[in-house]
Amino acid sequence: MNAVTTFLTQDGGFWVLTLVKIALLLFIVLTVNAYLTWFERKVVALMQSRVGPHRVGPHGLLQPAADGLKFLFKEDVMPGGVDKFVYLLAPFLALTLALASLAVIPFGPKPLPPPFTFFGHQIDLWITNPEIGLLVLFSITALGVYGVALAGWASNSKYPLLGGLRSSAQMVSYELSMTMSVVGVLLMANSFSLTKIISLQDSSKWGLLSWNIFTFHGGFPQVVGFLCFFISAIAETNRVPFDLPEAESELVAGFHTEYSSFKFAMFFIAEYTSMITVSSLCAILFFGGWNSPFPATWTFTHFIPSLILIPFGLWVIFDGVKYETIFGKVILPGLGAAIAGVGTLLLAGLWIAPLHEISEYIQGPFWLLSKIFFFLFFYVWARGTLPRFRYDQLMNIGWKLLLPVSIANVIITAGCVLLWGHS
Amino acid sequence: MVPTQYYLILSAILFGLGAVAFVVKRNIITIFMSIELMLNAVNLAFVAFSQAKGKLDGQVFVLFVIVVAAAEAAVGLGIIILTARNRRSLNIERVDLLKL
Amino acid sequence: MSAPLLVFFLLAALAVVGALSLILQKHPIHSALSLIVVMVSLAGLYLLMGAEFVAAVQIIVYGGAIMVLFVFVIMLLNASAEEHTDFSKLAKFGGLPLALALTGLLAAAMIRNGGAVPNSSTPDALASTTDISIMLFSTFVYPFELTSFLILVAIMGALVLAQREKKT
Repeated sequence: MNAVTTFLTQDGGFWVLTLVKIALLLFIVLTVNAYLTWFERKVVALMQSRVGPHRVGPHGLLQPAADGLKFLFKEDVMPGGVDKFVYLLAPFLALTLALASLAVIPFGPKPLPPPFTFFGHQIDLWITNPEIGLLVLFSITALGVYGVALAGWASNSKYPLLGGLRSSAQMVSYELSMTMSVVGVLLMANSFSLTKIISLQDSSKWGLLSWNIFTFHGGFPQVVGFLCFFISAIAETNRVPFDLPEAESELVAGFHTEYSSFKFAMFFIAEYTSMITVSSLCAILFFGGWNSPFPATWTFTHFIPSLILIPFGLWVIFDGVKYETIFGKVILPGLGAAIAGVGTLLLAGLWIAPLHEISEYIQGPFWLLSKIFFFLFFYVWARGTLPRFRYDQLMNIGWKLLLPVSIANVIITAGCVLLWGHS
Repeated sequence: MVPTQYYLILSAILFGLGAVAFVVKRNIITIFMSIELMLNAVNLAFVAFSQAKGKLDGQVFVLFVIVVAAAEAAVGLGIIILTARNRRSLNIERVDLLKL
Repeated sequence: MSAPLLVFFLLAALAVVGALSLILQKHPIHSALSLIVVMVSLAGLYLLMGAEFVAAVQIIVYGGAIMVLFVFVIMLLNASAEEHTDFSKLAKFGGLPLALALTGLLAAAMIRNGGAVPNSSTPDALASTTDISIMLFSTFVYPFELTSFLILVAIMGALVLAQREKKT
């Protein structure tokens, strides 16, 4: 039975498990999105020597909740003369496609250990793992252009139309170099499946050096590929420095000018979710995914999660008691105590056997999530630092710089794989 | 397991609908889109036969058809833009004389 | 009614509904969206047949590039809903029967020669991308190189068509 027919003839337990996983992933991703906006505002503010949100809740932590409520309660305006069907379809399409691309991203190598099986199905840390996982991601990215183009057109107004056309032209151009820069990795891995690409960067012997960005075994270090991919991805997700189509001083707000309240929030969520997807792709394809940067023989590095969690938890406790509100006095110290407790439990894995298993199990997802966090920080750092490109400079970079460079990367990697790879 | 004939009948239906759209519609761009629909119907037949025979020739040919359709769409849409600019209308009934 | 058959009927119905919508809609952008629905459902059918690479290429190239081109042109030319025109009498009364006749002829030819069209002996085989690429570079290498020339010619054609008129 091939994968498709097996999928169609699964029993009810599989469907329930998948639905539960999808609901859980959506909940986690939407929360991460909300706090990503907080993170971005805080970091950009600190880079600009100001404080950022600090009134709503301690350190402005309730700001995303306030923003969410604002979006829900705002008046929902629909401009006259718009094509209703397309106007309502565009944000829905953008959001659905952005969230759907999270289905193929693997978050950890091993399924949950035997006590946790669901009616005989083992629980993997991903929703699906198709053989053509990377192609599925690219198809979803390719369809993502429609959300922007249709939003710009349906708004029945000059500035959104211009913004939408520019933005979709930009997305289509950078899609090319984005897919070409990944071909080097595909040549070395010989498969489209994301779990296989990660397992080929297995770092148990050489640690950091076996990641695709540094490796010399079976290929060529994919430094140029990574840079091309990251820059193209920033342009693809319409972020600074490539965000001219939605810049406020140039085009009012670009393709989402005429959208208000919840529909605007959908575009917003779609943009941040695609940021998360691209960061996880960078981590998976070029930086070893869930492989730790240290060789497997250095087992003392398995306590790095605890080393991070315990001081952070203690800091949260000490910071929380300074506040006068209930949120500060009760919830923050409680949260801090929970974090520090988890860190201590993982540390105690030195002596207690079941905790040792949990500690080993967490290594993979911990490294992947910290790499994703690192790339999200890069995104926000770029936003706080760089000015934006003019539109013709933007298109020049896409076609005349990144595309030839990524093609050259493919040719050189292909030559190296031919000479040294795939014994 | 779906019999190959079902795919072929679906391909015939889509091809017929594409041919109808080609004849009935008045907008140049919609007529062009019906050509793409007919090409898609043919692609479906190719892949169905490829699965039936167990060889991959059909699927490789589908890749070529897709590439040719892309090239044709690019040039055809360029021609359409120029025609529409010159005649100031997208209605194919106005493009029935060689003279403007 | 096994699950693959059910999925086939769903996707086939979606494709036919999309194609009908292409004909019946008045505004070209709605026709374009219907065509995208047809293409995505065809990609689903390719997946059902085990042709996963072709399905991905269909969505990426057809749905993500060619149809984007169509949508751009519709937006740029500011196409509006079709005006109502009177068909010739022949088209109005003979059109639908002739269309049904065309489809019926094709379908009848397939049903009558049904025995000659084999059902797949390995219905569950997944076409691996490696095999397709080996075939593309060994048996079909000549058409492969020719298509690169074709794309180059198409690019040049589009460039020439897009030039502004030289005012000499």
